[in-house]
Amino acid sequence: MNALSQITLSHYIVLGAILFCISVAGIFINRKNVIVLLMSIELMLLAVNTNFVAFSRFLGNVDGQVFVFFILTVAAAESAIGLAILVVLFRNRATINVGEIDSMKG
Amino acid sequence: MPFSLHDLYLLLPEAFLLFAVCGLIAVDLLVKPSQRDVTHWLAIGVLVATLALVVYSVAPGRGFSGMFVHDAVSRLLKVFILLIVIAVFVYARNYLKDRKLYVGEFYILCLFATLGMMLLVSAGSLVMIYVGLELLTLSSYALVALNRDSPLSSEAAMKYFVLGALASGILLYGMSMIYGATGTLDLKSIHELVASGVGDNKVLLTFGLVFLVAGIGFKFGAAPFHMWLPDVYQGSPTAVTTFIGSAPKIAAFGMAWRLLEGALGGLHQHWGDMLAVLAVLSLGIGNVVAIAQSNLKRMLAYSTISHVGFLLLGLANGTPSGYAAAMFYAIAYAIMSAAAFGSILLLARAGFEAEEIDDFKGLNQRNPWYAFVVLLVMASLAGIPPLFGFFAKLLVLKAALDAGMLWLSIVAIVFAIVGAFYYLRVIKVMYFDAPVEKGVLALPHDIPLRWILSVNGAALLFLGLFFGPLLSWCYRAMGAG
Repeated sequence: MNALSQITLSHYIVLGAILFCISVAGIFINRKNVIVLLMSIELMLLAVNTNFVAFSRFLGNVDGQVFVFFILTVAAAESAIGLAILVVLFRNRATINVGEIDSMKG
Repeated sequence: MPFSLHDLYLLLPEAFLLFAVCGLIAVDLLVKPSQRDVTHWLAIGVLVATLALVVYSVAPGRGFSGMFVHDAVSRLLKVFILLIVIAVFVYARNYLKDRKLYVGEFYILCLFATLGMMLLVSAGSLVMIYVGLELLTLSSYALVALNRDSPLSSEAAMKYFVLGALASGILLYGMSMIYGATGTLDLKSIHELVASGVGDNKVLLTFGLVFLVAGIGFKFGAAPFHMWLPDVYQGSPTAVTTFIGSAPKIAAFGMAWRLLEGALGGLHQHWGDMLAVLAVLSLGIGNVVAIAQSNLKRMLAYSTISHVGFLLLGLANGTPSGYAAAMFYAIAYAIMSAAAFGSILLLARAGFEAEEIDDFKGLNQRNPWYAFVVLLVMASLAGIPPLFGFFAKLLVLKAALDAGMLWLSIVAIVFAIVGAFYYLRVIKVMYFDAPVEKGVLALPHDIPLRWILSVNGAALLFLGLFFGPLLSWCYRAMGAG
């Protein structure tokens, strides 16, 4: 029995959960840079993809892998819009520091 | 299941809208900026034609292997989504012109968002929910940043983007868990598997459900997931606020209903309690914090949070009459919200946003009819009989009482009374305070804009007095007799 076959579904699910937690922590703890937020969002979608592919593989059902294609495509569009908004924000405010983006309160 | 022509026929309104929007992009490239009215009226024409297709051409059915569902609920929701987007376009024109934002992108993005909403309320699979939702939200992010030179707009867009993407991620994580527990993405199959009991996967399913409810709460703007909503409403151009504050609430209801009842109806004892908690928090936070606001757009944003609380109260019942009441509420709220932001749009001029409550001081002396329409809107939002908003609240409370949720109903009534304060304050400012500027108020020379606000305000009164047909339509769609 080789080492690869000893990796079970729960290993993948735990990996997905760890990636998901890192990305949520990255969004909420990060006070420095908006680009790190965008990276965290990408990481979150990758955590979801890991889950889908693992379930798909272990259930013997291809639907989950098809869903992953959709998520990857939408994630590309999403990061394009995110970076575009980032450029507009930097032009107007000359900063991408998360702590300084706080002109609206209440 | 093989592909058939019937599938395409089901998709006719959406397919028409997609091709028409692509055509509109080309037309908009060819017209000069001074002829932007062509784009404006073509966009409205496209929506009217799509509305006609939704009403007349399509018989209910499921297509594309169950991915796309066209039933009584999706038809009702689509009709009102399209009507409200038409109204938003009429409202927005003058405001956009005054601010040099009268560009084709506004119309294209709004139409793509509308397409996303239509797919969302017709979704029969988790993939369709995700794709429809992303089409709606990606267009909305870009719309919020439409005014590229405004620091406030770009800040609002960034906040909306980060929290919206976080919400999508949470929703997707929940979907992956539900896929893992059931092995299918089809909402109907998930419903059957959950109803028949999926054995030891119960933990995985409930785990996924928690993430799903959190994602839905984010998209609705329900407390405690509401932090993006006030900033986005305040920061975006008012024309865009009118759009994202009205029709997407109907689509969000459609999404919540498809996911919670359509797929996970068997887990109602779990999600009913979660929604009840969200509802109470939204009612409390929305109504109490709104009192402290001096910016009308921000106040209306907190009022949205409180209305979402009422909507979730209807959904939390888990009964057909509760869903019908929630659907009625979503439609009523979208119509009221369009009128509320529309009245800000009518008062706004070049260089004057009219988004402070003080800007409405003494409006009755300057333009009595306009002040009366704003009175109708505010009274309807507060839930004063015989206006539309009152019956929407009444039906949700009645459904909640029938389902035995006595305490929740009492909490909802108490907070509705607290909430009446800030709506009545706007009315008091209009009728009893001295105007800052003297003289008759010169309204914009945009005849459709004046008419649509009057029609929208009159609709609140009319639909309040004759709410029967719409209500029975909602009940029939939900199969509640």
